[in-house]
Amino acid sequence: MKPTDIANPDYFHKVVDCQWACPAHTPVPEYIRMIAAGRYSDAYMVNWHSNVFPGVLGRTCDRPCEPACRRGRVEEVTKKAEPVAICRLKRVAADNKDDVKDRMPAPAAQKNGKRVALIGAGPASLTVARDLLPLGYEVVLYDGDANAGGMMRTQIPKFRLPETVLDEEVNYILDLKPELRLGQKITSMKDLLAENYDAIFVGCGAPRGRELEIPGRKEAGANIHIGIDWLASVSFGHTTRIGKRVIVLGGGNTAMDCCRTSRRLGGEQVNVVVRSGFGEMKASPWEKEDAMHEGIPIHNFLVPAEFLHTNGKLTGVRFQKVKAETDAKGRRNLVPSGEPDLVMECDDVLVAVGQENAFPWIERDTGVEFDKWNMPKVSPTTFQSTNPRVFFGGDAAFGPKNIIWAVAHGHDAAISIDLLCQGKDVATQRPSPLVNLSSQKMGIHEWSYGNDISNDHRFKVPHAPIEKTLKDVKLEVELGFDIAQAFAEAERCLNCDVQTVFDTPKCIECDACVDICPMDCITFTANGVEGDLRHRLTAPALHPDQDLYISSALKTGRVMAKDEDLCLHCGLCAERCPTGAWDMQKFLLNAPKTEYACRR
Amino acid sequence: MTYIAKPKLRHPGIPVNKLGFTHRDYEGSISTLCAGCGHDSISFAIIQACFELNIEPHRVAKLSGIGCSSKTPDYLLGQSHGFNSVHGRMPSVLTGANLANKELLYLGVSGDGDSASIGLGQFVHCVRRGVNMVYITENNGVYGLTKGQFSATADKGSKSKAGGFNADSPLDLVSMALMVGATFVGRSFSGDKAQMVPLIMAAMSHPGPAFIDIVSPCVAFNNHAGSTKAYDFVREHNEAVNRLDVMEPREAIKVEYAPGTTEEVALHDGSTLRLSKVAADYDPFDRIGAMNYLQSRAAVGELVTGLIYMDNAAKDMHANLNTVDAALNRLSEKDLCPGAAGLAAYNAAHS
Repeated sequence: MKPTDIANPDYFHKVVDCQWACPAHTPVPEYIRMIAAGRYSDAYMVNWHSNVFPGVLGRTCDRPCEPACRRGRVEEVTKKAEPVAICRLKRVAADNKDDVKDRMPAPAAQKNGKRVALIGAGPASLTVARDLLPLGYEVVLYDGDANAGGMMRTQIPKFRLPETVLDEEVNYILDLKPELRLGQKITSMKDLLAENYDAIFVGCGAPRGRELEIPGRKEAGANIHIGIDWLASVSFGHTTRIGKRVIVLGGGNTAMDCCRTSRRLGGEQVNVVVRSGFGEMKASPWEKEDAMHEGIPIHNFLVPAEFLHTNGKLTGVRFQKVKAETDAKGRRNLVPSGEPDLVMECDDVLVAVGQENAFPWIERDTGVEFDKWNMPKVSPTTFQSTNPRVFFGGDAAFGPKNIIWAVAHGHDAAISIDLLCQGKDVATQRPSPLVNLSSQKMGIHEWSYGNDISNDHRFKVPHAPIEKTLKDVKLEVELGFDIAQAFAEAERCLNCDVQTVFDTPKCIECDACVDICPMDCITFTANGVEGDLRHRLTAPALHPDQDLYISSALKTGRVMAKDEDLCLHCGLCAERCPTGAWDMQKFLLNAPKTEYACRR
Repeated sequence: MTYIAKPKLRHPGIPVNKLGFTHRDYEGSISTLCAGCGHDSISFAIIQACFELNIEPHRVAKLSGIGCSSKTPDYLLGQSHGFNSVHGRMPSVLTGANLANKELLYLGVSGDGDSASIGLGQFVHCVRRGVNMVYITENNGVYGLTKGQFSATADKGSKSKAGGFNADSPLDLVSMALMVGATFVGRSFSGDKAQMVPLIMAAMSHPGPAFIDIVSPCVAFNNHAGSTKAYDFVREHNEAVNRLDVMEPREAIKVEYAPGTTEEVALHDGSTLRLSKVAADYDPFDRIGAMNYLQSRAAVGELVTGLIYMDNAAKDMHANLNTVDAALNRLSEKDLCPGAAGLAAYNAAHS
């Protein structure tokens, strides 16, 4: 194998599994160390610069970082290995910070004369606004609703995301003075283009709940509601009650929000029914747990066949029982199990079987091309559509994802818009990330990070008592970690951003690092092709997707091969190294943003 | 040393031996020696050898004297018996322990100061009595604990870190062990685990006095140009006579060697030692030849390593003394007291 090129930012970035997995590439270990040190405001600002909505995301993020967390690979196999509670630590920073208003960027003193329209005031558009406003852009923010926030306001129940938290973070952006045109729905892209904006960003989300066209849908329609519309109605206070017996159809996070909201609005027997298996549900595992904790059973392998009704009044749902089978091509299909149908009685049904994009307001001759699924053709790196002035981001770009994806899209789209407005190429002149690699050595055995490894297992976030939470649709269920729990949980972080950096000429091949490594990560052996080398490591390589760090040839002709997979970043290799061939160096990567990247 | 304990977390796919132990279960407390000390590498080679041989930790007694080397038994086999004795007196303590309980595996860990200076007399007598043990000297040529003065094994003409010149002749513990009757003699280098581990395994399987001298560079005081016990010097002058492989009983043969270059030897415990020759005419079963070879290579500045000598029909002290075939602590009053009739018979026979 060739020696590893650690000058390529991707190499060490990949080692920081959480940051690599995060769409916005938030430097997770960096802010977790700040939380452990009690520097909540600093931790908050690290987050804010990267993901714009730390308080919101600390409660609602889909957490792509957590399945990636190394902690989930290194804990004792006999017990359940669990990642660091990254998401809930983020909330700790938001909950415990001081007033950070003076740390926020000020509105631009001088306008740059460029005008940008943002369609929809959800997380994607708000991110674009935040990235462009301090640079002097005139930003016009359109939304059909009366308040900014988008789906964060209308679809996420208040018991998961209190309004005060959302308001605070939306206001940090509104303080930068975009021009607000709220309550104003855009009905024509053509008209908008005629207003001669320098760029238009479409961040209107995936606003349409998918229908379930089975017999009885029309007749019993009064008691059958589309999940996201119903949640919005609850959010606005239009809907305050639901029947005692509720069936929620669908297995995503919207379904979980629907069933839990139902429990708070009078639903006594609330059942979730999914077509496929429990394990195949799209909802995050913790949201399923929370729903079941509130006494909501989840039934699986049941396909809705008919809404039952008498005299126009919904009485129940008939389900066909199915099982999963794998066909000859390895595809998984649901086939009838042959058992008799199941009838579940109910007063109301909430349909949460998916969301769709809808762009009835974009005329098909505006230069914005659509594909065969009626989705706009959008570049996944620049977020530019086929009309160079029109950009898409968030759910509007590639269908329903999560807030953190919308934020990431927003940052990239803002860069594109900024490049476009400067007359630069949006694809080839994009800025690189800001990367810093610096030694953490303070003394012979002292590092500027805590290198001792905690043996604690993941801490559970305390909840408010269920007797209280089920009575109030606005009462937040999760209480958040207290300071002591937050510290202990933060200590579980392995500091994967503090990299083991190997300086080949200094190595005397004494084996000290090999012997001390608690995870048997390091091997000195003859070089070879990767497949062969992986078989000759001190301990078996369990995850081929994790890189091997290979040195150039040493004095004996061998190479140092380190399997990055299970390294605890404890720094013992560097402590036991007599020559400083190993050093622990902090790799800090800030993903590109307009604020500092495009303007230098 | 380090300020933190070695983390308890371990590789989820770590190999397990027949006893269900991983190599981590054979570790001791964390080393307090200097970073990069050759001794630590030897400690881990011993750990690896015990793991590979499926040795029950409570069947091992590790003994040492004084010195950097003699601290190391604390850093391995945390669940074994241990005795940290007076400077240079480990061989007598080991001999006594062995006499009392022949059922344990005796591991003597010493250094060039402990065995070649203050303990030289103890060392040779322990070996010549044929005590069944593995005696390892961690040989760095200097007194590391007192800041790097030449020890008795420092080569004539080698330079100290402070610039001093060694005018005294060195003691070669390997030659001395051969001379006084060690039945297993090897030499290795702390920077070569591939050689060290099987050599220690073979020594542990040997039923007599097994001695291994391991050159172990002192990174603090003896790892500079002009030293003959530095990493670079040893790598350049290392003359391995053979390569070893210790195989479990009935284990499938994995590697094929060219005919005539390998030799398989059945060991006392049923396992097989496979020797692959590096020096073509070297015969590790010829004691006189081994002694001559050592001297001839030393004369041209080469350090002979590998399995230097083995007597596969070795007998130990207990066989020589015809002792009872049990640990003394297992003997009951019935075994020890012959009774009035027995006494009378014995007296009659010796009157």
